[in-house]
Amino acid sequence: MIKGWKELPIGGVIIEPGSSEKYDTGEWRAWRPVFDSSKCVHCMMCWIFCPDSSILVKEEKMVGIDYDHCKGCGICAHECPTNALEMKPEYLFREED
Amino acid sequence: MRPELIKEVTYVPYSGNMAAAEAMRQINPDVVAAYPITPQTELMQCFADFVANGLVDSEYIPVESEHSAMSACVGAAAAGSRAMTATAGPGLAYMWEVLGIASGMRLPIVMTVVNRALSAPINIHGDQSDMMGARDQGWIMLFSENAEEQYDNLIQVIRIAEDERTRLPVMIGMDGFVISHAIERVRLLPDKAVEEFVGELKPMYSLLDVDNPVAHGAVAMTDSYMEFKRQQREAMMNAYKVIREVGKAFEEAFGKKYEHIEAYKTEDADYILVVTGSAAGTAKYVVDKLREEKGIKVGIIKIRTFRPFPYYDVMDAIEASNCKAIGILDRAETFGGASGPLFEEVATAQHLRRKYYPMTGFIYGLGGRDTNVHHIEEAIDKVMKLAAGEEVPLVNYLNLKE
Repeated sequence: MIKGWKELPIGGVIIEPGSSEKYDTGEWRAWRPVFDSSKCVHCMMCWIFCPDSSILVKEEKMVGIDYDHCKGCGICAHECPTNALEMKPEYLFREED
Repeated sequence: MRPELIKEVTYVPYSGNMAAAEAMRQINPDVVAAYPITPQTELMQCFADFVANGLVDSEYIPVESEHSAMSACVGAAAAGSRAMTATAGPGLAYMWEVLGIASGMRLPIVMTVVNRALSAPINIHGDQSDMMGARDQGWIMLFSENAEEQYDNLIQVIRIAEDERTRLPVMIGMDGFVISHAIERVRLLPDKAVEEFVGELKPMYSLLDVDNPVAHGAVAMTDSYMEFKRQQREAMMNAYKVIREVGKAFEEAFGKKYEHIEAYKTEDADYILVVTGSAAGTAKYVVDKLREEKGIKVGIIKIRTFRPFPYYDVMDAIEASNCKAIGILDRAETFGGASGPLFEEVATAQHLRRKYYPMTGFIYGLGGRDTNVHHIEEAIDKVMKLAAGEEVPLVNYLNLKE
């Protein structure tokens, strides 16, 4: 939760390091990349192109998407050579979250 | 170690630009970035001399535009240094984008604005349209009546800008050529006394403070932007108090009083003129003359602080007088507005007290148009007509060729 005007440091100064990690930019998303692991060949093209570092990787394998920070730009789905990522409208999912 | 040039109070024949440069030498800011523009050029030329001769420790950055000058000041101030600059007319307009950044980032930058007309047609002469155009950029705004006031104001505003309750940038206007280039008697204060009065800058959130790293210039989305603007309003309200406190401290230290307004012979005045900048001097002369020769009781309210606007001070002075009508002198146009920008402020002041006096506006001195004793007399004549119940237009022009 963001503080009120009396508590915020003046001038929009950020005094706490790494605060952007707490900011859910995923809230902005209108389209959601949906990952189908059965089609994935772990070429890491999505990881290279993702502008928000939202591709989750474990032991050199693509394992999913950080939906708290993915803004739904669709670059990953566009670049994916095996169509393992598909863009679907966000309203289909919001209720479940 | 820089040499001490002025050891005791000294009276000198100085132009406004020279007086402002001298104040900057005594303040000895860490960073000065500037681009030359008439009628400010002489100011920065004098200051560049001080830098070249080792009389200041300032890092002087001759930039390629005013946009860059203010940007350099923003960077320097964010880094935790005392940054100053000066500009005029279109130069201030060219800074427009960065003015809001300086105030939004709450950086105590101090700038002299040698008031000049805006194009078109191109005009280099005195006019307050430049500062009125930057009115809502969140800067504290003062106007000086003469070279000495510009000098005194510069020394005071360092403390006003850097006060922890304000932390806002300040611009001080002096009329182009009329003040900036005219030689007059100026009282200079001793170097040591100024250094002591100004004090050390205690930076908040300095970028160079490596033990407490911070990020400046971040984004604020719909969820927090408005809160930062609310903070700025609060800082402006605080500035109202701080300007008064520093004015008092200046009086205690150097014997000259500075308030938000100067009420000149208003106590028993039937008619009041409200004015800002160099024309206040001419108006005071006219007041003395009319009182002596014709027994007409006129008073002047000179506005020193334009932002935050001293609504209550203005109304206190008007209500304490016998005022029957008010004339407001504006050296800027508000095309399509009721009259000039100062007129609108005085109208608001009246509304805040629910007290209404007959009021008329005068537009004068645009682009350096001469405004002499006769023109001020003409204005007072109109105010007297208004008080007598005659119809006077809302906008009058002084010295306009009909």
